[in-house]
Amino acid sequence: MVANKFVLRFSSALVDQPVIYHLVKDYDLVINILKADINPHQEGYVVLELSGDSENYNRGLEYLKSTGVDISPLSGTIFWNKDRCLQCGACTSFCPTNALKMDPQERLVDFDGSRCIVCESCLDVCMARAVEVRF
Amino acid sequence: MTVERTIAEINEKIKQGKAVVVTAEEIIDIVKEKGVKRAAQEIDVVTTGTFGTMCSSGAFLNFGHSKPRIKMNKANLNGVPAYAGIAAVDAYIGATALPESDPENRIHPGKFLYGGGHVIEDLVAGKKVKLEASGYGTDCYPRRHLETWITLQDINEAILFNPRNAYQNYGVAVNTSNKTIYTYMGVLKPRMGNASYSTSGQLSPLLNDPFYRTIGIGTRVFLGGGIGYVAWHGTQHNPSVARGDNGVPTTGAGTLALIGDLKQMSPDWLRGVSFLGYGASLAVGIGVPIPILNEEILASTAVTDAEINTTVVDYSSAYPERKPEVLGKVSYAELRSGIIKLQGKDVPTTPLSSYAKAREIAQILKGWITRGSFLLTEPVQLLPSVEAGIKLKSIEIKNNC
Repeated sequence: MVANKFVLRFSSALVDQPVIYHLVKDYDLVINILKADINPHQEGYVVLELSGDSENYNRGLEYLKSTGVDISPLSGTIFWNKDRCLQCGACTSFCPTNALKMDPQERLVDFDGSRCIVCESCLDVCMARAVEVRF
Repeated sequence: MTVERTIAEINEKIKQGKAVVVTAEEIIDIVKEKGVKRAAQEIDVVTTGTFGTMCSSGAFLNFGHSKPRIKMNKANLNGVPAYAGIAAVDAYIGATALPESDPENRIHPGKFLYGGGHVIEDLVAGKKVKLEASGYGTDCYPRRHLETWITLQDINEAILFNPRNAYQNYGVAVNTSNKTIYTYMGVLKPRMGNASYSTSGQLSPLLNDPFYRTIGIGTRVFLGGGIGYVAWHGTQHNPSVARGDNGVPTTGAGTLALIGDLKQMSPDWLRGVSFLGYGASLAVGIGVPIPILNEEILASTAVTDAEINTTVVDYSSAYPERKPEVLGKVSYAELRSGIIKLQGKDVPTTPLSSYAKAREIAQILKGWITRGSFLLTEPVQLLPSVEAGIKLKSIEIKNNC
């Protein structure tokens, strides 16, 4: 079993192709779309997690490359330093996936790395510099 | 029978370990359950708290004399200039001071990763800080330059003295322009993409004593994790602003000037902060105890976020141009829900002051008082209130210079 996160960038000519469909149907891969912005006749991107057995995973990646989709691994991970965090919650209003979120009762910030798409929106809005990207 | 208590009587109960102390959050449900009258009979002190960025903060330091002596007219701490225009080895390090080497906003938006607030945090954390000072040399102070390392323990005095802290209420910031702006209210997304706010609302010190009936010069407080005092009313203290029916100001109003010994404070409650495109500053933790001298004072401490309103201001135009327009009025309950409605649009809210830490401060102060280690003080003089008729002045740009 292999699982990795990728950023896929589609040129405007490619957005009409059912690429994800083929990954599921032909290569039996599990797709978890973390973030996407695709519009007809325009460029688009998808951040997704691909998982499957290693043979299907490798064949699926080959297929992706053959379509002309620009594919790059999601590099770096966001590290949230709980001790530096001031618990203001400012970052949570910038995080597009609720990876950084605030408990409405306790009003404490928490970070769920599995939801993070490393968009880095949180980095500079943190006054305490409690989030950093690590490669 | 109406409740009347003196601070001396409350202190007597604190010494005997009998004082009943609750936080400004806990008092809300108590009053809902028991009513103001019974609550006032039972409760002696209500503790408040706030933890957020307060730019008008800094510390007076006395480094001690070198051999031979120097009269510093420039003093840098980790490269950050302190104000040295006072006596030979005294200086004031301000929260927003930046190293001369900082690129500031030359590459916009600047990051401002290290400034005076960070120096104060490093000092309080016991870290070594580089002192570089120069003077022009006099007969009594011949040395012209020195470079050394200091720690908080090595120097004579370190007095946190913050001319303006704990703003009583504050406006909400939005951006109606088409580009992102970078402010002391944080990053504001275009077209009202977010609305930032910065008070602890129902826990905030001055929102719980809206007319300053108990807070004044000499009031002992929680400051930066240690003990501090109200030194004066803060700069821009403005009790004359619009108030709701409950007397609570609906915009920035009263402020506190606070003083305390930095050596007994903690980096948990004094933290250097960096605002993208704006500058460096200091986050300060403050807690003020409110003695329940009568029912009226207790009733004010039971104020809820739903009963505290504030105004929404456009930081892309109205604020920088000092125009009076406001875009709307919202309550802290709405702000804390995560989304406010503004001109028909749902706007996500960005909190800048930590409610969780404010709650923690109110609990710590409650613990100190309950255990008898923190006695209340009688203010020497209360803060100026509405009757003082203070009118905030502004700079008039005169063309004859």
